[in-house]
Amino acid sequence: MDFLLNPTSVGDKLISMVLAVVIFGVIMAVLLFAIDRPKVPNWVIVAAFLGPVAILLAVGLFYPAAGTVVRSFQVSVNAVGPDGGPVINPNTGQRLTELGFSFDNYTRVFTDPAFQKTLLNTVWWVVLVPVVSTLFGLIYAVLVDRTRFEKAAKALVFLPMAISMVGASIIWKFVYEYRQGGSPQIGLANQVLVWLGADPYQFIITQPWNTFFLIVVMIWINAGFAMTILSAAIKAVPDDIVEAAQIDGATGFKLFRRVTVPTIRPAVVVVLTTIAMGSLKAFDVVRTMTGGNYGTSIVANEFYTQSFRQGEGGKGIGAALAVVLFVIIIPVIVYNVRQMRLAEEVR
Amino acid sequence: MNSRPARKITTAIVGVSAAALLLSACGGSTTTPTASSAGSAAGGSSAPASSVAGATGPQPAESGWCDAVKAQYPNLSGSVGVYSTIVSPEDTPYIEAYKDFTTCTGVTVNYEGSKEFEAQVGVRVASGNPPDLGIFPQPGLLSQIVNNTGAVKPLPDFVKTNAQKYFPSDWLNYGTVNGISFGIPNNADFKSLVWYSPKTFADKGYTVPTTWDELTALTDQIAATGEKPWCIGIASGEATGWQITDWLEEYVLRYAGPEVYDQWVSHDVKFADAPIADALAKVGALLKDPKYVNGGFGDVATIASTQFNDVSTPLLNGQCTFAREAANFDSNFKGKTIGPDGDINAFYFPPANDQFGTTVLGGGTFYAAFADRPEVQAFEYYLTTPEYANARAKAGSWISSNLGLQASSVESAVQQEALKTLQSTDTTFRFDASDLMPAPVGSDAEWKQFTAWITGQDDATTLANIDAAWPTS
Repeated sequence: MDFLLNPTSVGDKLISMVLAVVIFGVIMAVLLFAIDRPKVPNWVIVAAFLGPVAILLAVGLFYPAAGTVVRSFQVSVNAVGPDGGPVINPNTGQRLTELGFSFDNYTRVFTDPAFQKTLLNTVWWVVLVPVVSTLFGLIYAVLVDRTRFEKAAKALVFLPMAISMVGASIIWKFVYEYRQGGSPQIGLANQVLVWLGADPYQFIITQPWNTFFLIVVMIWINAGFAMTILSAAIKAVPDDIVEAAQIDGATGFKLFRRVTVPTIRPAVVVVLTTIAMGSLKAFDVVRTMTGGNYGTSIVANEFYTQSFRQGEGGKGIGAALAVVLFVIIIPVIVYNVRQMRLAEEVR
Repeated sequence: MNSRPARKITTAIVGVSAAALLLSACGGSTTTPTASSAGSAAGGSSAPASSVAGATGPQPAESGWCDAVKAQYPNLSGSVGVYSTIVSPEDTPYIEAYKDFTTCTGVTVNYEGSKEFEAQVGVRVASGNPPDLGIFPQPGLLSQIVNNTGAVKPLPDFVKTNAQKYFPSDWLNYGTVNGISFGIPNNADFKSLVWYSPKTFADKGYTVPTTWDELTALTDQIAATGEKPWCIGIASGEATGWQITDWLEEYVLRYAGPEVYDQWVSHDVKFADAPIADALAKVGALLKDPKYVNGGFGDVATIASTQFNDVSTPLLNGQCTFAREAANFDSNFKGKTIGPDGDINAFYFPPANDQFGTTVLGGGTFYAAFADRPEVQAFEYYLTTPEYANARAKAGSWISSNLGLQASSVESAVQQEALKTLQSTDTTFRFDASDLMPAPVGSDAEWKQFTAWITGQDDATTLANIDAAWPTS
C-alpha cells in the first residue's frame, strides 16, 4: 500500500487519486444513507450535511488564507552562527534562516515607487473597467432593444466573452503592434492611424497611456457580459410603467434616465461590482501583453511575480500584496451580495 | 597577465572574416598558451582574472564513460527526468544527445521543457514533486533554490571528480553554493560578439572593425549618412530588459576591468558607484541616442518592445549594420550561410583599451539534481563527460566549457571561433554578472529598471533603485 501514500509514477498517482475520489463518494453515500434513518437527531443531520463542506472550506480556503496573512508579516533573516557568518547545513548546502515578525512587507508595498505605481494602476482598472463596460453595455442594450437586428447586434458584442483572456490579449497585442513610420504596419490600430495620416503610435510602450490601452482589452471582454444582463433587466421593466411614463409625456432620453435606469438599478450595481471583482484579479491581460513591464503592472500580476518568479525571496511581499487585494475586494463583495439580495426581492 | 599583447588574440577572434589565414597564425602561437596554462595552474585560483581553461587544458574527446558508469553502478534501470526552460524545437538536440546514455545504461531520459521553469521549479520542490534534474538558466537561481529549499543534491564524489577533470575550476565555482558543488555546467554562451551582414559590408565598403576606436568610427560614419547603425531588442516576456544587463556588463569589463567587475558581482562596488555609473552613461550614449538606434524599428523606445531575436531580420536586409548578440544567435539563421562570405557573420566586440586584454562576457546554464537515485547519479556523470559535450554540440548550435569539446563537433564557424577563444588561456572570461547576482537584483530589479531606463528613466534613479533591491542580509 506504500505506493498509495507515496506515489512516484504517474500511474500510481492516478490510481491513488481515483481511490481518494471513491473513498470520498463512499463516505458521503454512507453519511447520506445514515441520516435518512428515522429518529436521527436534527443536529446530526445538520452536521452531516455541513460538516464535509466546513472541513473542505477550512482546509482549502481558511487555512491557506490564514497562512497568507501570517506570511505577509514574516521576513526571513539569515541565521548568524557563532563566528558571525551564515549557518550552513553541511549536507544540503542550505543556509539557515529565521523568520521574524515585521511590517516591512506592507511598508514596502505602500512606499516603494514601483509598488505605488502598481497600486495606482489597479485603481484605474477597478474604476474604469466596470464603469465603461457597464455604460457601454447599458447604452448598447437600450439602442438595440426591440430593433429588427437585435439578435445579431447582441451576438456581435457578446462574442468576445467566448474568448479566453489570454486569447483576447494576444489578439489585441497584434492590434497594437508597432512598426516605424514608412514601413508596412501589421497592427490594425496603427494602420488606421496611418490611413488617417497620423504617425504610428507605440500603444504598449508609451506610459502612462499604455495602462489604458490594456484596460480597453478588459472592457472589450466584459462589455458583452454587461450588455446581456442589462438587456435582460430592461426587458423585465414592466410595460405598464413605461406606458404610464409615456402618457405623462416622458420620451427618449428622459424615459431612459427617469424610468428605465432606476428600475434596473439593482442589476446595474450587480454588473458593476461583478466586473470590478473580475478586474481586480485581471492577471492574464497584463501578464500576456506586457508581463507587467513598461509601468503597467497591477496587484494581481505583481503578486504572482513576487511569489513565484522571485521565489521564496519575495514570498512575504507576495503575501502582503495578496492580503491587500483581499482587503480591497471585501467591501465590493459585501455590496455585491447585498444588491443581489435586493434584486431578488424586487423580482 | 593583463598586459599581454591583446591585439593578436583579438584579431584571431575577429578572424571569422579571415578565418583561414588567421587560424594558422593562431595555431602557430599555441605553444604560448600551453605554457601559460601551466603557469596559471601554479598560480592557482588566487588569480581570478586567469583563463577559462584553468589548470587542466584541453582534454581528449573520449573518456570511456560507459565502462566507468557500469563499474560504479552495475544494475541500472528506470528513468531520469530533466526539467528545463528550453522548449520545443530547441529541446530536440538535447533529447538527441541523451540517446548515448540510454544506449549504454538502458535508463530512459524524459525531457520536459517549460517557459515557466523559474516560477515552477520552486513550486514543484515545495509541493514534494521536484524533477530529477533541472537545467538552471542562472547560477543565481540555483543558489536561491539551494538556500531556500535544501532540496538540491550535492554532486556525488564520483561525478565531482570527473567534473573537475573536464571543466575549468571557475565554471565549477559558478555551480557551487556555500562551498558545496551542485551544478554541472551545461552550455557556454559566448556573448561578446557583434553580428553583421558581410553583404552589407561589401555593398557599402565597410571593413570589419577590430578595435573599439574603429567600431566607434564606423558607427559614427554610418550615423552620419542618416542610417541607424545598431539594432537592438530587449523584449523577452517577463525577462524583458536582460539584454541591457549584458551591455552594461560588457562596458564594465572594458572600461573598469575584471577586478572591478568581480567586486561589482559581490556588491562591494555598488551600482551607483562611479565605475558602474560611468559604464551605464557610456551605454546610454549609444543606446539612448536616436542617431545610433534602432535600425529597422524606429526610435529609442522601440528597443523596449522589440523581441531580442527579431533584430535578425533588419540585420539581414541591411536596415541596420550591427547587432550585439551571443554566439547562439546563429540559431536565428536557419538556412542562411554563416561566415565571412555568407549571409551573416560575427566579429568580436573589441576591447576598449589594451589594459584589460581580451575580455569575454559569457553565460551558461547548469544541471543540478533533486534526486540521488543511482540512475540519476549515473546520468550526472554522463553530463560531465566530453562524449556528452560532443554529442550535444553535434546536434546543433551549442558549445560548452567542457575541455573535451572538440571544435570539429561544432558546426557554425562563429561558434567554433567562440569555442577557441573560450578555451584559449589568453582570454579573460567573466560570467554574466546579473546571472550571478541574487535573483531579486539580477533577474528582477535590473530587468525592470533597465526597461524603464530605456524608455526614459534617468541613470541615477535607475542605479539607486537596483541597489535598493539588493537583499540586506
